Amino acid sequence: MKAFTYERAASPAEAAAAATRRPGAKFVAGGTNLLDLMKLEIETPVHLIDVNGLGLDKIEPTAEGGLRIGALVRNTDLAADERVRRDYGVLSRALMAGASGQLRNMATTGGNLLQRTRCPYFYDTNQPCNKRVPGSGCGAIDGFNRQHAILGVSEACIATHPSDMAVALRVLDATVETIRADGERRTIPIADFHRLPGDTPHIETVLRPGELITAVTLPPPVGGTQLYHKVRDRSSYAFALVSVAAIVQSDGSGRVALGGVAHKPWRVEAAEAELPHGAAAVAKKLLEGAKPTQENAFKLKLVERTLAAVLAEAKGARL
Amino acid sequence: MSLNGAPPMQPPETHDLSRRDFLVLGTSTVASAAVTSDMPAQEAPAAASTQDAAAPATAKASFQVNGMPCDLELDTRTTLLDALREHLHLTGSKKGCDQGQCGACTVIVNGRRINSCLTLAVMQQGSEVTTIEGLGTPEDMHPLQSAFVKCDGYQCGYCTAGQICSAVAMLDEIKAGIPSHVTEDLTQAPQLTPPELRERMSGNLCRCGAYSNIFDAINEVAGGQA
Ligand SMILES: Cc1cc2nc3c(=O)[nH]c(=O)nc-3n(C[C@H](O)[C@H](O)[C@H](O)COP(=O)(O)OP(=O)(O)OC[C@H]3O[C@@H](n4cnc5c(N)ncnc54)[C@H](O)[C@@H]3O)c2cc1C
Ligand code: SF4
Repeated sequence: MKAFTYERAASPAEAAAAATRRPGAKFVAGGTNLLDLMKLEIETPVHLIDVNGLGLDKIEPTAEGGLRIGALVRNTDLAADERVRRDYGVLSRALMAGASGQLRNMATTGGNLLQRTRCPYFYDTNQPCNKRVPGSGCGAIDGFNRQHAILGVSEACIATHPSDMAVALRVLDATVETIRADGERRTIPIADFHRLPGDTPHIETVLRPGELITAVTLPPPVGGTQLYHKVRDRSSYAFALVSVAAIVQSDGSGRVALGGVAHKPWRVEAAEAELPHGAAAVAKKLLEGAKPTQENAFKLKLVERTLAAVLAEAKGARL
Repeated sequence: MSLNGAPPMQPPETHDLSRRDFLVLGTSTVASAAVTSDMPAQEAPAAASTQDAAAPATAKASFQVNGMPCDLELDTRTTLLDALREHLHLTGSKKGCDQGQCGACTVIVNGRRINSCLTLAVMQQGSEVTTIEGLGTPEDMHPLQSAFVKCDGYQCGYCTAGQICSAVAMLDEIKAGIPSHVTEDLTQAPQLTPPELRERMSGNLCRCGAYSNIFDAINEVAGGQA
Protein backbone atom coordinates (compact mmCIF):
# COMPACT_ATOMS: atom_id res chain seq x y z
CA MET A 1 0.00 0.00 0.00
CA LYS A 2 1.27 3.50 -0.83
CA ALA A 3 1.74 5.85 2.10
CA PHE A 4 -0.88 8.51 2.70
CA THR A 5 -1.76 11.17 5.22
CA TYR A 6 -5.06 11.00 7.07
CA GLU A 7 -7.57 13.46 8.44
CA ARG A 8 -11.02 13.37 9.97
CA ALA A 9 -13.25 15.91 8.31
CA ALA A 10 -15.22 18.29 10.52
CA SER A 11 -18.19 18.94 8.22
CA PRO A 12 -19.40 17.85 4.76
CA ALA A 13 -18.37 21.20 3.23
CA GLU A 14 -14.92 20.99 4.82
CA ALA A 15 -14.51 17.42 3.59
CA ALA A 16 -15.27 18.56 0.04
CA ALA A 17 -12.92 21.53 0.43
CA ALA A 18 -10.12 19.31 1.76
CA ALA A 19 -10.55 16.89 -1.14
CA THR A 20 -10.38 19.71 -3.65
CA ARG A 21 -7.30 21.27 -2.02
CA ARG A 22 -5.27 18.06 -2.16
CA PRO A 23 -4.98 16.49 -5.61
CA GLY A 24 -4.90 12.73 -5.16
CA ALA A 25 -7.03 12.87 -1.98
CA LYS A 26 -9.94 10.49 -1.48
CA PHE A 27 -12.82 10.12 0.95
CA VAL A 28 -12.99 6.96 3.01
CA ALA A 29 -16.32 5.74 4.41
CA GLY A 30 -16.63 2.02 5.26
CA GLY A 31 -13.30 1.39 3.55
CA THR A 32 -14.42 -2.03 2.30
CA ASN A 33 -13.75 -1.29 -1.35
CA LEU A 34 -11.16 1.46 -1.13
CA LEU A 35 -8.79 -0.35 1.26
CA ASP A 36 -8.98 -3.53 -0.77
CA LEU A 37 -7.94 -1.58 -3.88
CA MET A 38 -5.28 0.37 -1.99
CA LYS A 39 -3.61 -2.83 -0.84
CA LEU A 40 -3.29 -3.83 -4.48
CA GLU A 41 -2.14 -0.29 -5.39
CA ILE A 42 -4.99 0.00 -7.87
CA GLU A 43 -6.08 3.02 -5.85
CA THR A 44 -3.17 5.17 -4.65
CA PRO A 45 -4.56 8.15 -2.74
CA VAL A 46 -1.95 10.43 -1.14
CA HIS A 47 -4.43 11.68 1.46
CA LEU A 48 -7.51 10.10 3.03
CA ILE A 49 -10.41 12.16 4.33
CA ASP A 50 -12.47 10.14 6.79
CA VAL A 51 -16.12 11.13 6.36
CA ASN A 52 -17.42 9.00 9.21
CA GLY A 53 -18.67 11.13 12.07
CA LEU A 54 -20.11 13.98 9.97
CA GLY A 55 -23.65 13.26 11.10
CA LEU A 56 -24.54 11.84 7.68
CA ASP A 57 -25.76 8.59 9.22
CA LYS A 58 -29.47 9.32 9.63
CA ILE A 59 -32.57 8.21 7.74
CA GLU A 60 -35.18 10.96 7.80
CA PRO A 61 -38.63 11.46 6.25
CA THR A 62 -38.78 14.11 3.52
CA ALA A 63 -41.49 16.77 3.22
CA GLU A 64 -42.73 14.96 0.08
CA GLY A 65 -43.35 11.74 2.00
CA GLY A 66 -40.16 9.92 0.95
CA LEU A 67 -36.98 9.11 2.81
CA ARG A 68 -33.63 10.86 2.91
CA ILE A 69 -30.83 8.39 3.57
CA GLY A 70 -27.56 9.88 4.80
CA ALA A 71 -24.52 8.86 2.74
CA LEU A 72 -22.92 7.23 5.78
CA VAL A 73 -25.89 5.04 6.71
CA ARG A 74 -24.54 1.49 6.85
CA ASN A 75 -26.01 -1.10 4.49
CA THR A 76 -27.23 -3.17 7.49
CA ASP A 77 -29.04 -0.21 9.03
CA LEU A 78 -30.66 0.77 5.76
CA ALA A 79 -31.86 -2.78 5.05
CA ALA A 80 -33.18 -3.13 8.61
CA ASP A 81 -34.95 0.23 8.81
CA GLU A 82 -38.65 -0.40 9.45
CA ARG A 83 -39.78 2.17 6.89
CA VAL A 84 -37.52 0.69 4.23
CA ARG A 85 -38.71 -2.85 4.97
CA ARG A 86 -42.34 -1.77 4.80
CA ASP A 87 -42.34 0.72 1.91
CA TYR A 88 -39.18 0.02 -0.12
CA GLY A 89 -38.82 -3.76 0.23
CA VAL A 90 -36.84 -4.04 -3.01
CA LEU A 91 -34.09 -1.92 -1.45
CA SER A 92 -33.94 -3.99 1.72
CA ARG A 93 -33.86 -7.19 -0.38
CA ALA A 94 -31.11 -5.93 -2.70
CA LEU A 95 -28.92 -4.86 0.21
CA MET A 96 -29.32 -8.20 1.97
CA ALA A 97 -28.41 -10.02 -1.25
CA GLY A 98 -25.03 -8.28 -1.29
CA ALA A 99 -21.74 -9.06 0.45
CA SER A 100 -21.77 -10.54 4.01
CA GLY A 101 -23.08 -9.55 7.43
CA GLN A 102 -19.66 -8.19 8.42
CA LEU A 103 -19.25 -6.17 5.23
CA ARG A 104 -22.77 -4.74 5.36
CA ASN A 105 -22.06 -3.51 8.88
CA MET A 106 -19.23 -1.38 7.44
CA ALA A 107 -20.39 -0.55 3.90
CA THR A 108 -22.14 2.80 3.48
CA THR A 109 -24.81 4.09 1.11
CA GLY A 110 -22.41 6.48 -0.64
CA GLY A 111 -19.53 4.00 -0.79
CA ASN A 112 -21.77 1.27 -2.16
CA LEU A 113 -22.77 3.49 -5.12
CA LEU A 114 -19.10 4.22 -5.82
CA GLN A 115 -17.70 0.71 -5.45
CA ARG A 116 -15.62 -0.26 -8.45
CA THR A 117 -15.97 -3.16 -10.84
CA ARG A 118 -15.01 -6.73 -9.96
CA CYS A 119 -13.55 -7.37 -13.42
CA PRO A 120 -10.59 -9.70 -12.68
CA TYR A 121 -8.40 -7.87 -15.21
CA PHE A 122 -9.04 -4.61 -13.39
CA TYR A 123 -7.87 -6.33 -10.19
CA ASP A 124 -4.73 -7.83 -11.77
CA THR A 125 -2.08 -5.16 -12.18
CA ASN A 126 -0.17 -7.41 -14.59
CA GLN A 127 -3.00 -7.16 -17.11
CA PRO A 128 -4.00 -4.36 -19.45
CA CYS A 129 -7.11 -2.48 -18.33
CA ASN A 130 -8.41 0.81 -19.68
CA LYS A 131 -10.27 1.45 -16.45
CA ARG A 132 -7.18 1.09 -14.28
CA VAL A 133 -4.61 2.51 -16.71
CA PRO A 134 -6.38 4.53 -19.43
CA GLY A 135 -5.10 3.59 -22.88
CA SER A 136 -3.53 0.28 -21.82
CA GLY A 137 -6.18 -1.85 -23.52
CA CYS A 138 -8.83 -4.22 -22.23
CA GLY A 139 -7.80 -7.68 -21.10
CA ALA A 140 -11.37 -8.88 -20.77
CA ILE A 141 -12.71 -8.32 -24.29
CA ASP A 142 -10.67 -11.20 -25.69
CA GLY A 143 -10.17 -12.88 -22.34
CA PHE A 144 -12.33 -14.68 -19.80
CA ASN A 145 -15.47 -12.58 -19.75
CA ARG A 146 -18.25 -14.79 -18.50
CA GLN A 147 -19.13 -12.26 -15.75
CA HIS A 148 -19.00 -9.20 -17.97
CA ALA A 149 -21.53 -6.80 -19.44
CA ILE A 150 -23.84 -7.48 -22.36
CA LEU A 151 -25.44 -4.03 -22.58
CA GLY A 152 -24.01 -0.55 -23.06
CA VAL A 153 -20.52 -1.95 -23.65
CA SER A 154 -17.77 -0.19 -25.62
CA GLU A 155 -14.61 -1.16 -27.46
CA ALA A 156 -12.72 0.12 -24.43
CA CYS A 157 -14.48 -1.71 -21.57
CA ILE A 158 -17.10 -4.39 -20.93
CA ALA A 159 -17.09 -4.24 -17.12
CA THR A 160 -20.23 -4.39 -14.97
CA HIS A 161 -21.14 -2.30 -11.96
CA PRO A 162 -21.25 -4.74 -9.05
CA SER A 163 -23.71 -3.00 -6.70
CA ASP A 164 -27.00 -4.68 -5.82
CA MET A 165 -28.25 -1.64 -3.92
CA ALA A 166 -27.89 0.61 -6.98
CA VAL A 167 -30.23 -1.63 -9.00
CA ALA A 168 -32.95 -1.20 -6.38
CA LEU A 169 -32.34 2.56 -6.21
CA ARG A 170 -32.77 2.73 -9.99
CA VAL A 171 -36.14 1.02 -9.89
CA LEU A 172 -37.17 3.31 -7.02
CA ASP A 173 -36.14 6.49 -8.95
CA ALA A 174 -33.82 7.64 -6.16
CA THR A 175 -31.77 10.84 -6.36
CA VAL A 176 -28.23 11.46 -5.15
CA GLU A 177 -27.47 14.64 -3.20
CA THR A 178 -23.98 16.11 -3.19
CA ILE A 179 -21.95 19.02 -1.91
CA ARG A 180 -18.88 20.61 -3.50
CA ALA A 181 -15.94 22.55 -2.11
CA ASP A 182 -17.63 25.91 -2.77
CA GLY A 183 -20.61 24.70 -0.73
CA GLU A 184 -22.75 24.25 -3.83
CA ARG A 185 -25.24 21.40 -3.54
CA ARG A 186 -26.86 19.47 -6.37
CA THR A 187 -29.27 16.60 -6.87
CA ILE A 188 -28.55 13.92 -9.46
CA PRO A 189 -31.20 11.40 -10.60
CA ILE A 190 -29.83 7.87 -10.14
CA ALA A 191 -30.45 7.23 -13.85
CA ASP A 192 -27.82 9.85 -14.70
CA PHE A 193 -25.39 9.10 -11.86
CA HIS A 194 -23.36 6.23 -13.34
CA ARG A 195 -21.89 6.56 -16.83
CA LEU A 196 -21.51 4.02 -19.60
CA PRO A 197 -17.85 3.19 -20.31
CA GLY A 198 -17.56 4.78 -23.77
CA ASP A 199 -13.89 5.59 -24.38
CA THR A 200 -13.35 6.81 -20.80
CA PRO A 201 -14.16 3.76 -18.65
CA HIS A 202 -12.07 5.19 -15.81
CA ILE A 203 -14.70 7.93 -15.32
CA GLU A 204 -17.56 6.01 -13.76
CA THR A 205 -19.98 8.64 -12.46
CA VAL A 206 -20.88 12.28 -13.10
CA LEU A 207 -19.32 13.36 -9.78
CA ARG A 208 -16.66 16.07 -10.10
CA PRO A 209 -13.36 15.84 -8.24
CA GLY A 210 -13.89 16.52 -4.54
CA GLU A 211 -17.67 16.25 -4.74
CA LEU A 212 -19.09 14.52 -1.65
CA ILE A 213 -22.30 12.48 -1.62
CA THR A 214 -24.34 13.65 1.36
CA ALA A 215 -27.53 11.65 0.91
CA VAL A 216 -29.69 9.47 -1.30
CA THR A 217 -33.36 10.42 -1.43
CA LEU A 218 -36.27 8.10 -2.12
CA PRO A 219 -39.53 9.48 -3.53
CA PRO A 220 -42.79 8.66 -1.70
CA PRO A 221 -43.55 4.91 -1.64
CA VAL A 222 -45.21 3.43 -4.73
CA GLY A 223 -46.49 0.23 -3.11
CA GLY A 224 -46.74 -2.94 -5.18
CA THR A 225 -44.94 -6.22 -4.70
CA GLN A 226 -41.24 -5.46 -4.42
CA LEU A 227 -38.75 -8.18 -5.27
CA TYR A 228 -35.04 -8.64 -5.90
CA HIS A 229 -33.78 -11.83 -7.50
CA LYS A 230 -30.04 -12.36 -7.74
CA VAL A 231 -28.57 -15.22 -9.75
CA ARG A 232 -24.99 -16.10 -8.84
CA ASP A 233 -22.54 -18.97 -8.82
CA ARG A 234 -23.31 -19.87 -5.21
CA SER A 235 -26.40 -19.16 -3.15
CA SER A 236 -24.81 -16.55 -0.88
CA TYR A 237 -21.85 -14.17 -0.76
CA ALA A 238 -21.12 -13.81 -4.48
CA PHE A 239 -21.61 -11.06 -7.04
CA ALA A 240 -24.53 -11.21 -9.45
CA LEU A 241 -24.37 -12.86 -12.85
CA VAL A 242 -27.79 -11.33 -13.42
CA SER A 243 -30.15 -9.66 -10.99
CA VAL A 244 -33.65 -8.25 -11.35
CA ALA A 245 -35.20 -5.57 -9.16
CA ALA A 246 -38.93 -5.32 -9.66
CA ILE A 247 -41.97 -3.47 -8.39
CA VAL A 248 -45.16 -5.06 -9.69
CA GLN A 249 -48.58 -3.50 -9.05
CA SER A 250 -51.84 -5.42 -8.59
CA ASP A 251 -52.91 -4.63 -12.16
CA GLY A 252 -49.71 -6.21 -13.51
CA SER A 253 -48.02 -2.92 -14.39
CA GLY A 254 -44.70 -2.07 -12.81
CA ARG A 255 -41.00 -1.34 -13.08
CA VAL A 256 -37.92 -3.51 -13.56
CA ALA A 257 -34.18 -2.91 -13.56
CA LEU A 258 -31.29 -5.30 -14.17
CA GLY A 259 -27.97 -5.75 -12.41
CA GLY A 260 -24.90 -7.69 -13.54
CA VAL A 261 -25.40 -6.82 -17.20
CA ALA A 262 -23.96 -3.32 -17.68
CA HIS A 263 -21.66 -0.58 -16.38
CA LYS A 264 -24.69 0.80 -14.51
CA PRO A 265 -28.06 -0.48 -13.32
CA TRP A 266 -30.03 -1.18 -16.52
CA ARG A 267 -33.57 0.09 -16.83
CA VAL A 268 -35.52 0.71 -20.03
CA GLU A 269 -38.80 2.42 -19.22
CA ALA A 270 -40.30 1.40 -22.62
CA ALA A 271 -39.81 -2.25 -21.70
CA GLU A 272 -42.06 -1.84 -18.67
CA ALA A 273 -45.10 -1.28 -20.89
CA GLU A 274 -44.64 -4.93 -21.91
CA LEU A 275 -45.02 -6.26 -18.35
CA PRO A 276 -48.61 -7.44 -18.84
CA HIS A 277 -47.36 -9.47 -21.85
CA GLY A 278 -44.89 -11.49 -19.82
CA ALA A 279 -41.17 -11.95 -19.33
CA ALA A 280 -40.20 -12.71 -22.93
CA ALA A 281 -41.73 -9.48 -24.19
CA VAL A 282 -40.09 -7.41 -21.45
CA ALA A 283 -36.72 -9.10 -21.93
CA LYS A 284 -36.83 -8.50 -25.67
CA LYS A 285 -37.15 -4.74 -25.14
CA LEU A 286 -34.69 -4.61 -22.23
CA LEU A 287 -32.05 -6.47 -24.19
CA GLU A 288 -32.35 -4.47 -27.40
CA GLY A 289 -28.86 -3.68 -28.71
CA ALA A 290 -27.20 -6.27 -26.45
CA LYS A 291 -23.64 -7.20 -27.45
CA PRO A 292 -22.74 -10.36 -25.56
CA THR A 293 -19.45 -12.20 -25.95
CA GLN A 294 -19.29 -15.91 -26.64
CA GLU A 295 -18.76 -16.61 -22.94
CA ASN A 296 -21.53 -14.45 -21.53
CA ALA A 297 -24.27 -14.89 -24.13
CA PHE A 298 -25.99 -17.12 -21.56
CA LYS A 299 -26.95 -13.92 -19.73
CA LEU A 300 -29.53 -13.12 -22.44
CA LYS A 301 -31.52 -16.22 -21.59
CA LEU A 302 -30.79 -15.82 -17.89
CA VAL A 303 -32.32 -12.33 -17.91
CA GLU A 304 -35.52 -13.64 -19.44
CA ARG A 305 -35.74 -16.57 -17.05
CA THR A 306 -34.99 -14.48 -13.98
CA LEU A 307 -37.64 -12.00 -15.08
CA ALA A 308 -40.09 -14.88 -15.52
CA ALA A 309 -39.34 -16.11 -12.00
CA VAL A 310 -39.83 -12.62 -10.58
CA LEU A 311 -43.12 -12.08 -12.40
CA ALA A 312 -44.39 -15.49 -11.30
CA GLU A 313 -43.52 -14.70 -7.69
CA ALA A 314 -45.21 -11.32 -7.94
CA LYS A 315 -48.31 -12.95 -9.33
CA GLY A 316 -48.27 -15.50 -6.52
CA ALA A 317 -48.02 -12.71 -3.97
CA ARG A 318 -51.11 -11.03 -5.43
CA LEU A 319 -53.30 -14.13 -5.30
CA MET B 1 5.33 1.87 18.15
CA SER B 2 4.21 2.98 21.58
CA LEU B 3 1.50 1.24 23.46
CA ASN B 4 0.55 3.28 26.49
CA GLY B 5 -1.52 1.98 29.32
CA ALA B 6 -1.88 -1.56 28.10
CA PRO B 7 0.88 -4.12 28.45
CA PRO B 8 1.07 -6.61 25.61
CA MET B 9 -1.26 -9.45 26.49
CA GLN B 10 1.07 -12.05 25.05
CA PRO B 11 4.81 -11.84 24.62
CA PRO B 12 5.88 -11.48 21.01
CA GLU B 13 7.17 -14.68 19.50
CA THR B 14 10.82 -15.14 20.44
CA HIS B 15 12.02 -18.34 18.79
CA ASP B 16 14.42 -17.82 15.94
CA LEU B 17 12.34 -18.88 13.01
CA SER B 18 8.67 -18.57 13.87
CA ARG B 19 6.00 -20.40 11.93
CA ARG B 20 4.92 -17.07 10.50
CA ASP B 21 8.43 -16.22 9.27
CA PHE B 22 8.56 -19.61 7.72
CA LEU B 23 5.29 -18.96 5.91
CA VAL B 24 6.54 -15.56 4.77
CA LEU B 25 9.72 -17.13 3.41
CA GLY B 26 7.60 -19.73 1.72
CA THR B 27 5.37 -17.22 -0.04
CA SER B 28 8.23 -14.99 -1.13
CA THR B 29 9.86 -17.96 -2.81
CA VAL B 30 6.65 -18.56 -4.69
CA ALA B 31 6.40 -14.85 -5.56
CA SER B 32 9.92 -14.65 -6.98
CA ALA B 33 9.28 -17.78 -9.00
CA ALA B 34 6.24 -16.03 -10.49
CA VAL B 35 8.24 -12.92 -11.38
CA THR B 36 10.85 -14.86 -13.33
CA SER B 37 8.19 -16.35 -15.56
CA ASP B 38 7.50 -14.12 -18.56
CA MET B 39 4.34 -12.40 -17.42
CA PRO B 40 3.65 -8.93 -18.78
CA ALA B 41 4.45 -6.60 -15.90
CA GLN B 42 4.37 -3.27 -17.66
CA GLU B 43 1.11 -2.00 -16.23
CA ALA B 44 1.75 -2.29 -12.52
CA PRO B 45 4.29 0.54 -12.29
CA ALA B 46 2.09 2.72 -14.50
CA ALA B 47 -0.80 2.33 -12.11
CA ALA B 48 1.36 3.11 -9.14
CA SER B 49 3.19 6.05 -10.66
CA THR B 50 0.12 8.20 -11.21
CA GLN B 51 0.98 9.88 -7.91
CA ASP B 52 4.32 10.75 -6.41
CA ALA B 53 5.31 8.33 -3.70
CA ALA B 54 4.54 9.95 -0.37
CA ALA B 55 6.66 9.43 2.72
CA PRO B 56 5.15 7.13 5.35
CA ALA B 57 2.91 9.09 7.69
CA THR B 58 1.88 8.24 11.23
CA ALA B 59 -1.22 9.17 13.18
CA LYS B 60 -2.55 8.56 16.68
CA ALA B 61 -5.32 6.09 17.31
CA SER B 62 -6.97 5.53 20.68
CA PHE B 63 -9.53 2.81 21.20
CA GLN B 64 -10.44 0.13 23.69
CA VAL B 65 -9.61 -3.49 23.08
CA ASN B 66 -11.34 -6.03 25.31
CA GLY B 67 -11.99 -3.26 27.81
CA MET B 68 -8.41 -2.00 27.90
CA PRO B 69 -7.56 1.47 26.60
CA CYS B 70 -4.94 1.44 23.85
CA ASP B 71 -3.15 4.54 22.62
CA LEU B 72 -1.17 3.83 19.52
CA GLU B 73 0.86 5.88 17.11
CA LEU B 74 0.73 4.00 13.84
CA ASP B 75 1.65 4.18 10.21
CA THR B 76 -1.66 5.33 8.70
CA ARG B 77 -1.66 2.21 6.52
CA THR B 78 -2.06 -0.11 9.51
CA THR B 79 -5.33 -2.00 9.39
CA LEU B 80 -7.20 -2.74 12.60
CA LEU B 81 -6.22 -6.39 12.11
CA ASP B 82 -2.51 -5.56 11.91
CA ALA B 83 -2.79 -3.24 14.91
CA LEU B 84 -4.35 -6.07 16.92
CA ARG B 85 -1.91 -8.74 15.82
CA GLU B 86 1.37 -6.94 15.26
CA HIS B 87 1.13 -4.10 17.77
CA LEU B 88 -1.10 -5.42 20.54
CA HIS B 89 -0.01 -9.05 20.03
CA LEU B 90 -3.57 -10.29 20.09
CA THR B 91 -2.98 -13.00 17.53
CA GLY B 92 -6.32 -14.77 17.95
CA SER B 93 -7.79 -12.80 15.06
CA LYS B 94 -6.36 -14.30 11.90
CA LYS B 95 -5.24 -12.88 8.58
CA GLY B 96 -6.69 -15.11 5.90
CA CYS B 97 -7.31 -13.37 2.60
CA ASP B 98 -6.76 -9.77 3.78
CA GLN B 99 -9.50 -8.77 1.30
CA GLY B 100 -12.71 -9.13 3.29
CA GLN B 101 -13.58 -12.40 1.63
CA CYS B 102 -12.87 -15.09 4.24
CA GLY B 103 -13.99 -13.66 7.59
CA ALA B 104 -11.03 -15.04 9.61
CA CYS B 105 -10.32 -11.49 10.84
CA THR B 106 -13.84 -10.88 12.15
CA VAL B 107 -13.93 -8.87 15.39
CA ILE B 108 -16.73 -7.03 17.15
CA VAL B 109 -16.54 -3.23 17.08
CA ASN B 110 -19.10 -1.26 19.06
CA GLY B 111 -21.24 -4.37 19.24
CA ARG B 112 -21.15 -5.19 15.53
CA ARG B 113 -19.08 -7.75 13.65
CA ILE B 114 -16.75 -6.38 11.00
CA ASN B 115 -13.79 -7.53 8.91
CA SER B 116 -10.84 -6.00 10.74
CA CYS B 117 -8.68 -6.29 7.60
CA LEU B 118 -10.78 -3.70 5.75
CA THR B 119 -10.71 -0.87 8.24
CA LEU B 120 -7.78 1.30 9.26
CA ALA B 121 -6.78 1.43 12.90
CA VAL B 122 -6.84 5.25 12.73
CA MET B 123 -10.48 5.06 11.66
CA GLN B 124 -11.37 3.34 14.93
CA GLN B 125 -10.77 6.34 17.18
CA GLY B 126 -12.94 5.91 20.30
CA SER B 127 -14.19 2.46 19.29
CA GLU B 128 -14.69 -0.50 21.59
CA VAL B 129 -13.16 -3.57 20.01
CA THR B 130 -13.80 -7.12 21.21
CA THR B 131 -11.59 -9.93 19.92
CA ILE B 132 -11.73 -13.65 20.61
CA GLU B 133 -9.38 -13.04 23.57
CA GLY B 134 -12.01 -10.74 25.07
CA LEU B 135 -14.94 -13.12 24.66
CA GLY B 136 -13.57 -15.71 27.05
CA THR B 137 -10.47 -17.36 28.46
CA PRO B 138 -9.49 -21.03 28.53
CA GLU B 139 -10.68 -21.12 32.16
CA ASP B 140 -13.85 -19.18 31.54
CA MET B 141 -15.02 -19.74 28.02
CA HIS B 142 -17.83 -17.96 26.25
CA PRO B 143 -20.75 -20.35 25.62
CA LEU B 144 -19.96 -20.31 21.91
CA GLN B 145 -16.33 -21.19 22.55
CA SER B 146 -17.45 -24.16 24.68
CA ALA B 147 -19.95 -25.20 22.03
CA PHE B 148 -17.26 -25.15 19.33
CA VAL B 149 -15.12 -27.44 21.49
CA LYS B 150 -18.03 -29.74 22.25
CA CYS B 151 -19.28 -29.95 18.65
CA ASP B 152 -15.80 -30.04 17.12
CA GLY B 153 -16.52 -26.92 15.08
CA TYR B 154 -13.16 -26.89 13.28
CA GLN B 155 -10.34 -28.93 11.92
CA CYS B 156 -7.25 -26.71 11.49
CA GLY B 157 -8.75 -23.94 13.62
CA TYR B 158 -7.61 -21.02 11.48
CA CYS B 159 -11.12 -19.68 10.85
CA THR B 160 -12.41 -20.42 14.36
CA ALA B 161 -11.83 -17.07 16.09
CA GLY B 162 -13.56 -15.30 13.20
CA GLN B 163 -16.40 -17.82 13.17
CA ILE B 164 -17.02 -17.38 16.90
CA CYS B 165 -16.84 -13.56 16.90
CA SER B 166 -19.10 -13.53 13.87
CA ALA B 167 -21.61 -15.93 15.43
CA VAL B 168 -21.79 -13.99 18.72
CA ALA B 169 -22.69 -10.77 16.90
CA MET B 170 -24.88 -12.60 14.38
CA LEU B 171 -27.14 -13.93 17.14
CA ASP B 172 -27.46 -10.36 18.43
CA GLU B 173 -28.44 -9.24 14.93
CA ILE B 174 -31.30 -11.74 14.88
CA LYS B 175 -32.36 -10.55 18.35
CA ALA B 176 -32.32 -6.97 17.09
CA GLY B 177 -34.67 -7.99 14.27
CA ILE B 178 -32.24 -7.36 11.41
CA PRO B 179 -33.51 -9.28 8.36
CA SER B 180 -31.40 -11.39 6.03
CA HIS B 181 -31.44 -12.52 2.41
CA VAL B 182 -33.57 -15.55 3.36
CA THR B 183 -36.06 -13.74 5.63
CA GLU B 184 -39.37 -14.31 3.89
CA ASP B 185 -41.53 -11.61 5.42
CA LEU B 186 -39.67 -8.34 5.86
CA THR B 187 -42.32 -6.97 8.20
CA GLN B 188 -41.89 -9.83 10.72
CA ALA B 189 -39.06 -10.49 13.15
CA PRO B 190 -36.56 -12.98 11.67
CA GLN B 191 -36.64 -16.54 13.08
CA LEU B 192 -33.82 -18.82 14.24
CA THR B 193 -34.13 -21.29 11.38
CA PRO B 194 -31.27 -23.32 9.82
CA PRO B 195 -31.42 -21.33 6.55
CA GLU B 196 -31.23 -18.07 8.55
CA LEU B 197 -28.18 -19.21 10.54
CA ARG B 198 -26.41 -20.52 7.44
CA GLU B 199 -27.08 -17.43 5.31
CA ARG B 200 -25.96 -15.11 8.08
CA MET B 201 -22.68 -17.00 8.52
CA SER B 202 -21.83 -16.98 4.80
CA GLY B 203 -19.16 -14.31 5.38
CA ASN B 204 -17.03 -16.85 7.28
CA LEU B 205 -15.36 -19.47 5.15
CA CYS B 206 -13.91 -22.72 6.48
CA ARG B 207 -11.40 -24.37 4.19
CA CYS B 208 -11.61 -27.63 6.10
CA GLY B 209 -15.35 -27.69 5.49
CA ALA B 210 -16.34 -28.08 9.14
CA TYR B 211 -19.56 -26.24 8.40
CA SER B 212 -21.98 -28.82 9.75
CA ASN B 213 -20.22 -28.90 13.13
CA ILE B 214 -19.93 -25.11 13.16
CA PHE B 215 -23.65 -24.97 12.52
CA ASP B 216 -24.33 -27.41 15.37
CA ALA B 217 -22.26 -25.32 17.79
CA ILE B 218 -24.05 -22.10 16.88
CA ASN B 219 -27.43 -23.78 16.89
CA GLU B 220 -26.82 -25.20 20.35
CA VAL B 221 -26.08 -21.77 21.78
CA ALA B 222 -28.95 -20.20 19.84
CA GLY B 223 -31.28 -22.47 21.77
CA GLY B 224 -31.48 -25.31 19.30
CA GLN B 225 -34.75 -24.13 17.77
CA ALA B 226 -33.20 -24.33 14.34
C1 LIG C 1 -15.80 -9.90 -0.35
C2 LIG C 1 -16.76 -8.83 -0.80
C3 LIG C 1 -17.98 -9.18 -1.35
C4 LIG C 1 -18.87 -8.20 -1.76
N1 LIG C 1 -20.06 -8.58 -2.31
C5 LIG C 1 -20.91 -7.62 -2.75
C6 LIG C 1 -22.14 -7.96 -3.37
O1 LIG C 1 -22.47 -9.13 -3.51
N2 LIG C 1 -22.95 -6.96 -3.78
C7 LIG C 1 -22.61 -5.65 -3.63
O2 LIG C 1 -23.40 -4.79 -4.02
N3 LIG C 1 -21.45 -5.29 -3.06
C8 LIG C 1 -20.60 -6.25 -2.63
N4 LIG C 1 -19.42 -5.88 -2.07
C9 LIG C 1 -19.00 -4.49 -2.14
C10 LIG C 1 -19.46 -3.65 -0.97
O3 LIG C 1 -20.85 -3.48 -1.04
C11 LIG C 1 -18.74 -2.31 -1.11
O4 LIG C 1 -17.37 -2.52 -0.86
C12 LIG C 1 -19.27 -1.25 -0.16
O5 LIG C 1 -20.63 -1.01 -0.40
C13 LIG C 1 -18.48 0.04 -0.33
O6 LIG C 1 -18.88 0.95 0.67
P1 LIG C 1 -17.83 1.61 1.68
O7 LIG C 1 -18.57 2.56 2.53
O8 LIG C 1 -17.05 0.58 2.37
O9 LIG C 1 -16.93 2.39 0.62
P2 LIG C 1 -15.40 2.83 0.69
O10 LIG C 1 -14.54 1.66 0.41
O11 LIG C 1 -15.14 3.62 1.92
O12 LIG C 1 -15.38 3.83 -0.55
C14 LIG C 1 -15.62 3.41 -1.88
C15 LIG C 1 -15.42 4.61 -2.80
O13 LIG C 1 -16.43 5.58 -2.57
C16 LIG C 1 -15.85 6.84 -2.22
N5 LIG C 1 -16.77 7.42 -1.24
C17 LIG C 1 -17.23 6.82 -0.10
N6 LIG C 1 -18.15 7.61 0.49
C18 LIG C 1 -18.30 8.72 -0.28
C19 LIG C 1 -19.12 9.89 -0.22
N7 LIG C 1 -19.98 10.09 0.78
N8 LIG C 1 -19.01 10.81 -1.21
C20 LIG C 1 -18.14 10.63 -2.23
N9 LIG C 1 -17.33 9.56 -2.33
C21 LIG C 1 -17.42 8.60 -1.38
C22 LIG C 1 -14.47 6.52 -1.72
O14 LIG C 1 -13.59 7.61 -1.92
C23 LIG C 1 -14.10 5.33 -2.57
O15 LIG C 1 -13.63 5.75 -3.81
C24 LIG C 1 -18.52 -6.84 -1.63
C25 LIG C 1 -17.31 -6.49 -1.05
C26 LIG C 1 -16.42 -7.46 -0.65
C27 LIG C 1 -15.10 -7.05 -0.04
S1 SF4 D 1 -13.59 -4.81 -19.02
FE1 SF4 D 1 -13.09 -2.74 -18.30
S2 SF4 D 1 -12.36 -3.11 -16.25
FE2 SF4 D 1 -12.21 -5.10 -17.32
S3 SF4 D 1 -10.16 -5.16 -18.27
FE3 SF4 D 1 -11.53 -4.29 -19.77
S4 SF4 D 1 -11.26 -2.08 -19.42
FE4 SF4 D 1 -10.55 -3.07 -17.56
